Amino acid sequence: MDLRYTAPEQAFRDELRAWLAATLPSVGAPPPHDDWPGRRGYDLRWQHLLFEAGYAGVDWPAERGGRGSSPVEQLIFKEECERAGAPYVGVNFVGLLHAGPTIIAEGTAAQKERYLPAILRGEEVWCQGFSEPDAGSDLASLRTRAVRDGDDYVVTGSKIWTSHAEVADFCELLVRTGEDRNRGITWLIMPMDAPGIEIRPLRTIAGTTEFAELFLNEVRVPVANRVGDENDGWRVTMVTLSFERGTAFVGELLECMRLLGVLARVAERLGALDDAGVARRFGHLVAAFDALWALTKRNVSEAAQTGIPGIGGSIFKLSFSEHAQALGDLAMEILDRAALSADPLDGPDGAPLGNAEQLAAWFKSISLTIAAGTSQVQRNIVAERILGLPKAARR
Amino acid sequence: MDFRVDDDQRELAEGIRTMLAGRLPLDHLRSREGAASAISAEDWAALGETGVFALTLPEPVGTGLSMAEAVVVFEELGRALVPGPLVGTFLAARAGLVDGAAEGRARVGVHGAGPGPNLVEHLGSLDALLVFTFAADGRGPVRLLAPVTAENATRVEAPLDPLTPMWRVDALPTGEPVPGDMGRDGALLTAALQVGHAAEALDLAVAYAKDRQQFGTPIGSFQAVKHMCADMLVRVEVARAAVHAAACLVDAPDVVDSEAAVAGCTPDQLVDRSVGGAKLLGDEAALGNARAAIQVHGGMGFTWEVPLHLHLKRARVLSTTFGSPAARAAALAAYAGVGPVAGAPRDAPRLNGAPP
Repeated sequence: MDLRYTAPEQAFRDELRAWLAATLPSVGAPPPHDDWPGRRGYDLRWQHLLFEAGYAGVDWPAERGGRGSSPVEQLIFKEECERAGAPYVGVNFVGLLHAGPTIIAEGTAAQKERYLPAILRGEEVWCQGFSEPDAGSDLASLRTRAVRDGDDYVVTGSKIWTSHAEVADFCELLVRTGEDRNRGITWLIMPMDAPGIEIRPLRTIAGTTEFAELFLNEVRVPVANRVGDENDGWRVTMVTLSFERGTAFVGELLECMRLLGVLARVAERLGALDDAGVARRFGHLVAAFDALWALTKRNVSEAAQTGIPGIGGSIFKLSFSEHAQALGDLAMEILDRAALSADPLDGPDGAPLGNAEQLAAWFKSISLTIAAGTSQVQRNIVAERILGLPKAARR
Repeated sequence: MDFRVDDDQRELAEGIRTMLAGRLPLDHLRSREGAASAISAEDWAALGETGVFALTLPEPVGTGLSMAEAVVVFEELGRALVPGPLVGTFLAARAGLVDGAAEGRARVGVHGAGPGPNLVEHLGSLDALLVFTFAADGRGPVRLLAPVTAENATRVEAPLDPLTPMWRVDALPTGEPVPGDMGRDGALLTAALQVGHAAEALDLAVAYAKDRQQFGTPIGSFQAVKHMCADMLVRVEVARAAVHAAACLVDAPDVVDSEAAVAGCTPDQLVDRSVGGAKLLGDEAALGNARAAIQVHGGMGFTWEVPLHLHLKRARVLSTTFGSPAARAAALAAYAGVGPVAGAPRDAPRLNGAPP
């Protein structure tokens, strides 16, 4: 039980911190949220800068062009990037954290050669076509069908919650190729310029177009674009999930700590901290976010030693998502009428209230108990896989 | 960095657990429910021989371990419902204040000075008493009373916890001042006890949910029960991480210095913040899990026989020492606005009517 970083870990941090300080001033502010082409260019440029500095794919193995960093270094990387205000992974998310690792684990030599370098260099963007309107938490019930026709699969169906679809080059796509629930699913690489793909943006409660729906009408995908065997796509997908090293929410957690600090200063200016009940809620969140930072270090340490992510991620997410929502709710109460406007407002003292960013964080927090496994599904996983409680009889 | 509980610490916990199961099983401890002395002199000496109070003292008296090991051991003591005065005796031994404390020959209580009725735990069997004054910075003054001479001490006939006898006293003598950061270690050890209570309540609830059948199936197959158990585990893991992190900081001033620089506070503030958070989350985990475990047990959970009420009552006792959850939360609020708040703001929402 030791929170002390080793000399090589500290050296990694110092070097990265120096590079970020030297590089970030020239990066500039991100484009507006709904300027998708602008965001694609901005995020890819950032990824290319990381690549040139040797920081692309810190979690990817060195033989695939990554940095091959330890889980602790991955944690340091995310921490330093967040503290320095570096651009987010953005449109590179699916390629770097999901599709790429899947191809590393299960792809052919030709697939690795074709797709991996372009992800690391910041040249191509991936999106994810997993969920469907009728297959959310129950992903294995997906129905988008792929029928073999010569050297192609012909794919018809629809996908939902597909981030970055408008600007993606490829889609990691789960399709149904057999009748068996889990053993009838296949993992395909779908080029997004193939004929028959219709993209319809989905507007979120924040008013932004974070996701899209994909409508696939007889889209031809070469059989050569299949990763893993036909009907083995469920296993292929699960392999990728094991790439998680306990660092999934590092950026979000540090962002919540920052927002808590911003909100506390606003609350102090408005006199809201004089209310003992309000003060105690701030104190609770200080304790909770500090503890979740400690839990992150614990999960990362487990991953570093065992190579297995463990199930600590579910425990972390259950607690973090609820505390992020508690922070959002507290912000809304303190800002009171000012939280009714997403236009930036000043307080009675003429200084900014930060209402726009607190509103954005509040909206985002609402998604945290839904995205990447609802809290209800997470609790089932924790109860069954960690605590060993019996599965319910399925009707 | 390796923040795992290491193999030695795991073995230490297992060793203590085995010793407690053999020497101080729950039935044995419960035979003294309502007694003026919650644990016999022989049993207290057995704890001393095991080294529970002398963990951090150098050999040959102690084992030269750190607070990281102490919190692991205290979690086991909480789990097993071992009665006090555990924390005060450990603190007195660690600071070399009371002869025999390290060996389990003396008992040293703790008491929080403040308004309202003065209720002192274990008074009738104490050799010394540490009196703490809670302060927002976690560093209130501490005084040592040895021997314990209280005015008009009256034994409480119906103490909340049947294994924590109480005395009502009119006034306590002033005593001798001792170093103030004992309150910090006391809060940390109390938080570790609370994690033990929370973990044991969880284990009892899960075992019962697997065993108890209703509607022809174990109640643990119902999602309503599963989700309560999952939430209990979350409370344990989050509180335990907080306790372990605080212990690591108490043990390693060099880590404190570097982390304090990042957090934008002084080293002392960082440790107090960490210990305060651990105490708050430990209290909430113990109280919350005892309540939830009683609910999972249904009517049986409300009986004297099932030991869950003992965990609930002990958790209540511990939550009122070294800063209540409310006092801790209020004190921690001061840290919310401390530290760097720079960084890129998030995207603004687009709430105008027209889709982009």
